[in-house]
Amino acid sequence: MTATQPAVGLRFMRLGMLALAAGLLFGVIGGFQFLFPEFLRELLFTKTRPLHVSLVVSWIFLVAIGGIYFYLPRRNNLKLYSERFAIWHYWIFVVTGLTILGCYLSGRFGGREYFEFPPVLSIPIFLTWILFGVNYFMTVRQDRAPWPVYYWMWGTGIVFFFITFAEAHLWLIPFFRDSMVREIMVQWKSYGALTGSWNMLVYGTALYVATRIGGDDKPARSKLAFGLYFLGLFNLMFGWAHHTYLVPSETWIRTFAYAVSMTELFVFGKIIWDWRASLETWQKNRHCGAYRFLFAADIWVFVNLALALVISVPAFNLFTHGTHITVAHAMGSTIGINTMVLLASIFYVIREEVPEEIHAGCSRRVTVGFWTANVSLAVFFVALILAGIGKGVYAGGSFQEMMLQIRPFLLLFTISGVTLMLGIWIVLWNAYRLIGTVDEPAAEASAQPELA
Amino acid sequence: MSAEARYGQQVFQDYNCIACHQFYGLGGYMGPDLTNVMSNRGEAYTRAFIAAGTATMPNFNLTDDQIAGLLAYLEFVDRTGTYPAENYQVKWWGAVAQEDDPR
Repeated sequence: MTATQPAVGLRFMRLGMLALAAGLLFGVIGGFQFLFPEFLRELLFTKTRPLHVSLVVSWIFLVAIGGIYFYLPRRNNLKLYSERFAIWHYWIFVVTGLTILGCYLSGRFGGREYFEFPPVLSIPIFLTWILFGVNYFMTVRQDRAPWPVYYWMWGTGIVFFFITFAEAHLWLIPFFRDSMVREIMVQWKSYGALTGSWNMLVYGTALYVATRIGGDDKPARSKLAFGLYFLGLFNLMFGWAHHTYLVPSETWIRTFAYAVSMTELFVFGKIIWDWRASLETWQKNRHCGAYRFLFAADIWVFVNLALALVISVPAFNLFTHGTHITVAHAMGSTIGINTMVLLASIFYVIREEVPEEIHAGCSRRVTVGFWTANVSLAVFFVALILAGIGKGVYAGGSFQEMMLQIRPFLLLFTISGVTLMLGIWIVLWNAYRLIGTVDEPAAEASAQPELA
Repeated sequence: MSAEARYGQQVFQDYNCIACHQFYGLGGYMGPDLTNVMSNRGEAYTRAFIAAGTATMPNFNLTDDQIAGLLAYLEFVDRTGTYPAENYQVKWWGAVAQEDDPR
């Protein structure tokens, strides 16, 4: 192993933190544009929305990928199959990402929702996933012991990202594009499964960090953990149709999706819950940064589970679909669950790699950021639900009138969005600074073996 | 889909209209759902909005060809179904069958 290997993972993590910081800013600008359409008219909502979404999704992928690139060589003693692939992965990501941001800022679109950039830019993204996939599987195959579940989850996330990202481009083929219903079903099937694929990467990371903090690999090798994995895989493949309940389709598709939905989150929550109950106090204190972020993720799992169950019932979905309740669910998942898990991963790395900063994860500043972010997210979440209910029950025919009625909730959503951004910025500032102090050559020298 | 509607679909994507609007409730929430805008509001009303913009939606200074393409595309979308569903049946276990579902 060389010093470069763990360093590549840290580089991904730091880039991810910058992406989140910028993505939150564009989200706040978009929130103000919702209320005041004249606000920053040069930067239309058609630009701020894809900038916000792309940067925040990049944060999720970058930190999950960075964790894998870091943990395998650094803490699992598995030599990366190809450092060169990892470095190429990073730089292709940077160049493609900057090109996409440039396209958005200059108003050059051409793609579909969530991949609004000109479709030719998807080619380098495909390439990076080939590099990552080859590198990952060739690296973990060195581990001859039965794989813990997080290896399977990470591998599944990589394979299914590749499949679903390809599927999201089927609209380029006239057979799909020429039928609105077929095309919208395929598009949302791919998005639903793509979210499942990144959840595999994130949940794998959560289990990895949880087992490391607990000093016991059993939770990642238990029947329950593998049960979660297969349930997640089942959901990834078949649970997407709750996005398209209101698109004309065979009724059985809707009913089937209803039956499959959201069991995955329950099991995930149970595993983390069981793990926390078994932790000794000293382990909580030793990893208080990572622990508190996993704890927050756990709470958000249950909150999101409750909402997801309600909106997955087709009879309720009739009224919640196309309202801000869907946004509440998306924000609760990406910020409450994914972001909290990934921050836990970052603080785990800091705790292990920067021993002189024992209390960094629970410093006053990080504590202030943690609580500001979580309380703000709760207000943000409730404001979106109230706005969604307002939209869902509005019986008139005027869109503007409906928007006026829900304006107080949108105002609350925007204000809490600002404090949410500030809270996460405080956490990120401290994490970014500390990750930068990780001594890479020393990290190599003190590499630790895989848990028994 | 006609060639004009396909052109309109590309214009819709080139200006990222889905950032603010939806089809079948899928998309951004800053503007209204456009699934049935042609049958609910009519072509003249829709054309006027696209051509002139509003307090919320800027005037994108589209050419006549682009506006005609967008209208053809919206007409195409309009014929695919109804949103929100008007005639539906809720089963006792919470499932829903809609009038526009394939039989």
